[in-house]
Amino acid sequence: MKSKVIAGIGVVAVAAAALTGCAASGGGTSESCTNEIVNKDATQVSVWAWYPAFEQVVDLFNETHEDVQICWTNAGQGNDEYTKFSTAIESGSGAPDVIMLEAEVLTSFSIRDALVDLSEYGAGDVQGDYTEGAWKDVSSGSAVYAIPVDGGPMGMLYRQDILDEHGIAAPTTWEEFATAAQQLKDAGAPGVLANFPPNGRAFTQALFAQAGSVPFAYDSAKPTDLGIDVNDQGSKDVLAYWENLASKGLVAVDEAFTADYNTKLVDGTYAIYVAAAWGPGYLQGLEGSDDSAVWRAAPIPQWEGTDPVQVNWGGSTFAVTSQAKDKEAAALVAKEVFGTEEAWKIGIEEAALFPLWKPILESDYFRDLEYPFFGGQQINKDVFLEAAAGYKGFTFSPFQNYAYDQLQQEVTAVVVDAKKDASTALDDLQATLEKYATEQGFTLK
Amino acid sequence: MTTQAVSAPRVRRRASGAVRRQRVGWLFITPFLVVFAAFLVFPLIYAFGMSLFSSTLATGTKFVGIENYAKAFTDPLFIGGLGRVALYALVMIPAQLIVALVAALTLDTLATWLSKLSRLLIFAPYAIPVVIGALMWSFLYSPRFGPAGTIFELFGLQAPNFLSSDSIFFSLVNIVTWQWSGYYMIVIYAALRSIDPAVYEAARIDGANGFQIATRIKVPMISSSMVMVITFALIGTLQFFTEPTVMRSIASGALPADYTPNMYAFALAFSYSQFNYAATIAFSLAIVVFIFSFLFLFLTRKQNGLK
Repeated sequence: MKSKVIAGIGVVAVAAAALTGCAASGGGTSESCTNEIVNKDATQVSVWAWYPAFEQVVDLFNETHEDVQICWTNAGQGNDEYTKFSTAIESGSGAPDVIMLEAEVLTSFSIRDALVDLSEYGAGDVQGDYTEGAWKDVSSGSAVYAIPVDGGPMGMLYRQDILDEHGIAAPTTWEEFATAAQQLKDAGAPGVLANFPPNGRAFTQALFAQAGSVPFAYDSAKPTDLGIDVNDQGSKDVLAYWENLASKGLVAVDEAFTADYNTKLVDGTYAIYVAAAWGPGYLQGLEGSDDSAVWRAAPIPQWEGTDPVQVNWGGSTFAVTSQAKDKEAAALVAKEVFGTEEAWKIGIEEAALFPLWKPILESDYFRDLEYPFFGGQQINKDVFLEAAAGYKGFTFSPFQNYAYDQLQQEVTAVVVDAKKDASTALDDLQATLEKYATEQGFTLK
Repeated sequence: MTTQAVSAPRVRRRASGAVRRQRVGWLFITPFLVVFAAFLVFPLIYAFGMSLFSSTLATGTKFVGIENYAKAFTDPLFIGGLGRVALYALVMIPAQLIVALVAALTLDTLATWLSKLSRLLIFAPYAIPVVIGALMWSFLYSPRFGPAGTIFELFGLQAPNFLSSDSIFFSLVNIVTWQWSGYYMIVIYAALRSIDPAVYEAARIDGANGFQIATRIKVPMISSSMVMVITFALIGTLQFFTEPTVMRSIASGALPADYTPNMYAFALAFSYSQFNYAATIAFSLAIVVFIFSFLFLFLTRKQNGLK
């Protein structure tokens, strides 16, 4: 009997040890870095980021900094990372010191007090290194919630060979774009001119913005006030334009970022890819491309009779989380990791990023860079530099993920299912977002 | 009674021995209890606590009692999701049950090596992880990579789009039926094997043919297993999550984030950062699942032996 009792206690002890063991390893994730720490005694700053070729940038930083070292983890791309970050905010621990965030989600996290206002940590010193539009994307009123890294000024990538074959000139306006789509179809081409992805989200928002849409008005100094205007005439016109093209079968309405879509991008199904500056890098990473393809870049089409409007799709930033142990060191990492020419050469050549850091953005090297994928075309000089310079910045909502999900549902109803017209869909979207904002305690302006 | 009174001292000693044994017994199940409390009871209490608070983006957290539940049961997205899984239950459970029952009854009457192989093959989809199964079907449904395009082309037809808003329902029913029928088949088959063959012999002497034996004898005798299978399927369907979530990566237009109540709870917590309301939705779903399961077991109390 006695030995059984002892055995019983033994089992409990083992189980308890196993449990505490679990807890201990669960709390210590920040200590596991993907990279090598060069100066072991220095302050370590944990960073979450998903840039390609980022390890080289981290190594460069660590080799050139004595007091601060980056401990880098890839916690997933986009929403995968945000989900982890969101959970860490809710639980009060587990977030990294510095985190890569797309500009569009900054407000969603700053409203939850998850990000540090960097204006108190010397953000002003580097403001001059960025364009006005890029800086507006990371700030709200006087607060600065992140340091810009890469951007997504928009342009138009097209298959010169396909357009030439059917005698179509690269469109410079959306009106020409619609005519070209009709011409391509009349010529009996196997593909279509372009794709309008119903899950375009930021892409759709950017096209609306080109027609003057300013969907949200928000200032973190007055966190309970929110302006919503998603059913303006510009947005309605743009959506009706794509609805018309889609209903005639002149453009495809495939969902973006699926295996089908990726193949169609490179096999010539779409003759034109309305893209951001990271688009070329995305195309080159895809398999199954057509060897004889002749890709060229041109500025994004404009609406006839209006001044050219440049828009942005995507791009990312580095923010310091409010859970950061040493905020000074974390802010230093956010400011300096992509703050050298060497780092940017890796970012441009290995990761195909579009820099927002002016010293490299405005350099001759970047302007004159020839891209083999585009047959040696200097795409920055021809297209993206002008697009980036013309970008005026954008204000996102504090619940951008919800707003995008709703936008996607409405756009799908219009262009895929043809259950609604563009105007009704955007009116419905306005009502849905207003109701949600009220439920979330915002006062509508 | 009398013996107990007569030998009272011995009984007491035996009783105290039993108490000590019981205490030791508790000690042995402590590891389980610790894990049970830490990973089930405590999270449940915590989640229930969370569901009683309201946290909005602009105004912060406050105690609201059952207000969240009132909101949940009038939330068109939650109710819509419930309606959707109820529809799935109506179509999917009979489909799985019929496939499983027919397969089990057929295999039960055969005793060749081929039937053993078939049993294994029908069961095989269950051995594939749900996520992998859903991914695999995503490729099969894909208009470009799937075989449907080639097959329909042979007959000069245009392949249907399995991923459109109208057809996604049946595409998902197909995946779930494919995956789970084999498992239910094994459960029913095992129940069939436990019936005494003498019963069949008696039926045959009375003039019953194979079909009559199957419908009049086998099915009634395994009704308790069938009730169990339907209960599993019912709970699983009401909590429908994995397959539509995986398919969202290729058909997010046809599968909105609030497609099923579980997906809605997930989206609320992790995309919209409404952890409190997500807890409410999760609990509300649990209440609905409990009511439906209870109701079903109550209505079938004659068949399931719980009477």
